[in-house]
Amino acid sequence: MKPTSHAFSANAHDALQDRDLQRALKLMETGFSAGRRTAVARLPEFDELCEQGRAIKNHVLEHLDFYLERFEGEVVARGGFVHWCATPREACETILSLCRSVRAKTVTKGKSMVAEEIGLNPFLEANGIEPVETDLGEYIIQLADQSPSHIIAPAVHLTTDQISDLFLEHHREHGKTKRLTEPQEMVGEAREILRERYFQADVGITGANFLIAETGTTIIVTNEGNGDLTQMLPRMHIVISSIEKVLPTLEDAWTILRVLARSATGQDISCYTTFSTGPKRAEDLDGPAEFHIVLLDNGRSSMLGSELQDALRCIRCGACMNSCPVYQSVGGHAYGWVYPGPIGAAIDPFFIGLKEAHDLPAASSFCGACESVCPMKIPLPKIMRHWREKAFEEKITPVPQRAGMLIWAWFARRVTFYRLATRVAAGLFGLLGRRRGRFSRLPFAAGWTAGRDLPAPEGSTFHDLWSARARKPPA
Amino acid sequence: MSARDRIFANIRGSLGRGPLPAPLVAELEAKIAAHAPNLIPERSRLAHDQQIELFVRMAQEAGATFSRLGSRAAVPRAVLEFLNANTVPPELRLSPDRELDRIPWSAQRELNVTRGRARRDDLTSVTPSFAAIAETGTLVFVSGAERPATLNFLPDNHIVVLDAHDVVGPYEDVLTKLRAAGSPDCFMPRTVNFVTGPSRTADIALTIVRGAHGPRRLHIILIETELRDAL
Repeated sequence: MKPTSHAFSANAHDALQDRDLQRALKLMETGFSAGRRTAVARLPEFDELCEQGRAIKNHVLEHLDFYLERFEGEVVARGGFVHWCATPREACETILSLCRSVRAKTVTKGKSMVAEEIGLNPFLEANGIEPVETDLGEYIIQLADQSPSHIIAPAVHLTTDQISDLFLEHHREHGKTKRLTEPQEMVGEAREILRERYFQADVGITGANFLIAETGTTIIVTNEGNGDLTQMLPRMHIVISSIEKVLPTLEDAWTILRVLARSATGQDISCYTTFSTGPKRAEDLDGPAEFHIVLLDNGRSSMLGSELQDALRCIRCGACMNSCPVYQSVGGHAYGWVYPGPIGAAIDPFFIGLKEAHDLPAASSFCGACESVCPMKIPLPKIMRHWREKAFEEKITPVPQRAGMLIWAWFARRVTFYRLATRVAAGLFGLLGRRRGRFSRLPFAAGWTAGRDLPAPEGSTFHDLWSARARKPPA
Repeated sequence: MSARDRIFANIRGSLGRGPLPAPLVAELEAKIAAHAPNLIPERSRLAHDQQIELFVRMAQEAGATFSRLGSRAAVPRAVLEFLNANTVPPELRLSPDRELDRIPWSAQRELNVTRGRARRDDLTSVTPSFAAIAETGTLVFVSGAERPATLNFLPDNHIVVLDAHDVVGPYEDVLTKLRAAGSPDCFMPRTVNFVTGPSRTADIALTIVRGAHGPRRLHIILIETELRDAL
C-alpha cells in the first residue's frame, strides 16, 4: 500500500475529530486490555513463559540460516514447496504464477499481515484474480475498500452502524435487502455469503504464526475457523509468511502459543490452533492437493545484527497497540502504513524509509506501556529512540525541532550556563505567573497550550531544590 | 544468484559469520531431536480424574456443552436429545472411523447416519477426538483416512465423542501422543486441529458472537465408565 505516514500529524488531527472513530476506539480498553490483564493474572507462570519465548526467539535469530534450511528440508520431504522471495514484488509474482498454474479465478484468504505488506490483493486484482477475504474483520474492510487499522482486529475502527451500512450496500447483490443492526444477525449473513465463496475458490491463501523446523509444519491461530475452511477446501494451499517466524520444535511453539492469545485477545487460547504439514496424504479424504510456502525476506535479513534485531521477535499479538495511549487516541490508519502502533513506529521506518515515517517514532511520550505488555519483551521505546537519533543525524527532523534540540544541547553541555539559564527562566516565569499560578498561552508553544495550561514554576530550579535538600536531610 | 542464495548470504552477512560449523549444526540437530519441553504450567498437574473435571470446566467456559455418559451404548440417545433440544434434524455425518462404528447407532431409529467427508449441506457431524487437553479445555483432531478434517469445520453442529482416558493435562502430552502414534519419518498428520469451544468472532465492535465460520455449537460426549472398567 502507498504509505501516508508522512502526513501523520494531519492524519492524527483528523482522527481526533472523527466521532465514529473515537466511539469505536473507546471500546478497546474493556475489549482488549482488561481481558489481557485477567488472562495473565490467572496464569502464574506467564512472565516466565514470556522469558522462555524471548530466549527461543533470540536463539532462532542467531541461527536463522540453520532453522530455515531445516524447515525447508522437512517441507520438501512431506511433498510441499518453499518459494524464497527477497522482495514484495517477487512474493506477489510467485503467488500469481502459482494461482495461474491451477487457472485460479477466485482465491480465498485467511488473515495475513505479510500479505498486506506485499500488497497482495491489489496485485491479484490487477492480474484478473479475485481475492476474497474470509476473516470477518478483513471481509468488512475489503467491502469498505480500506486497509486494516489493527493487526488482529482489522475493522476495530468501524462502528456497528457503519458496518450495517456496508452490509446493506454490498449484500444487496446476494438478495439481502434488510439493514441488520444486531452483530449476531450480521455475522450470520456474512457467514452465509462467504460459505459460497469457500466452495468457489481454486486456491486458499493463509498466513502463518509459526513455522516449525522440526516437522515442516505451519501454524495458524483463528477464532472464526476461516483459516481452516480457506486451506482445506480448495485444491491448493499457499502459505505466505516471513523468514523470522521459524521455531525449532513443536514444544517451542506451545510455549509461545501460551502467551500469544492471552496477550492478543485475553483468551487462554484461540478457538482454533491448526498445524498443517505438507499436502493431503494419499489416504486422506480431504485437504489441499498442493502445499506451497512463500517465504518473504523484504529486508528482515538486514535487520539481524542491527538495532532492529529485537523487533524480529514480534509475534504480532497487538498488545503494544492495545496499551498505547497514542494508538487509542488516533487509531491505526493515522500511522499510514501496514503496521500501526508502537511496533509500527519501530519497524515501519525500516520498510518505507525514515523520510516517510519519521513522525511515527516521534509520536510517543515514551510512557513504556508497550514494552511492559510485550510478551517478547521488545524494547520498543529504545528502537523508537534509535530512529529519532537517526532522523536528527540525517537532518530529517523538521527545522524548528532541530533548532530547539541544538539550543538545548548547547546549554546541556555547559553546566554553568545551563544552571544560570534555568535559574533565570524559573525566576522570570515564576514572577510572571505568580498571580494565576499557570499560563494559558505561551510564545512558540501555542499548540501545546491550546489543550492545557502550563503550571508556573515556583521560583527555584530543580538543582537548587536538590542542593537545599542535600544540606538539610529530612527528619 | 537466486533469491534463496541472496537471503542466506544476507542473513550470514548480517550475523557477521559464514555457514555454521559442523559441530554446532550437530548440536542444533540434537536439540531438535530431543525436543525437550519448556516450562509447563502447574494448572493441569493433577490426578487424572481431576484433569477430566478441569477439562470439562475449561471447555464449558469456552462455550462447549457436555453429555457425560457411562457407556457407548448411551451415545445415540444423547445425540438425539442434543439435536431435539436445539431443533436440529436427526441427520448425522460421521467420520468413517472404527471407534465410532462401535456405537450402536441403529438403536435410535430416527437417526439418519451417513459416513464420509463433510458435504456442503451437512448440518451435524460426529467425530472422535484424538485427545483432549485439560489445561484449556481443548479438543485435538488429527486428519487421516478415517478422520476427514472438513467434519470439524463445515457443519453447524459438531458433536465429539471423547473417551475420558484420552484426556491429558498440558499440550505437551499431546505431542508425546502424536509422536508415539505416527510413523518415525513423519509423525505429523496433514492437519492437527486444536479446538477450544465453538467458532466465534469479535470483529463487529468487539462484540463476541458465536458461529462465525466454523460450528455454531460444539457438543462433547464424554464417556467415562469404560475408563474405570479398563483399570
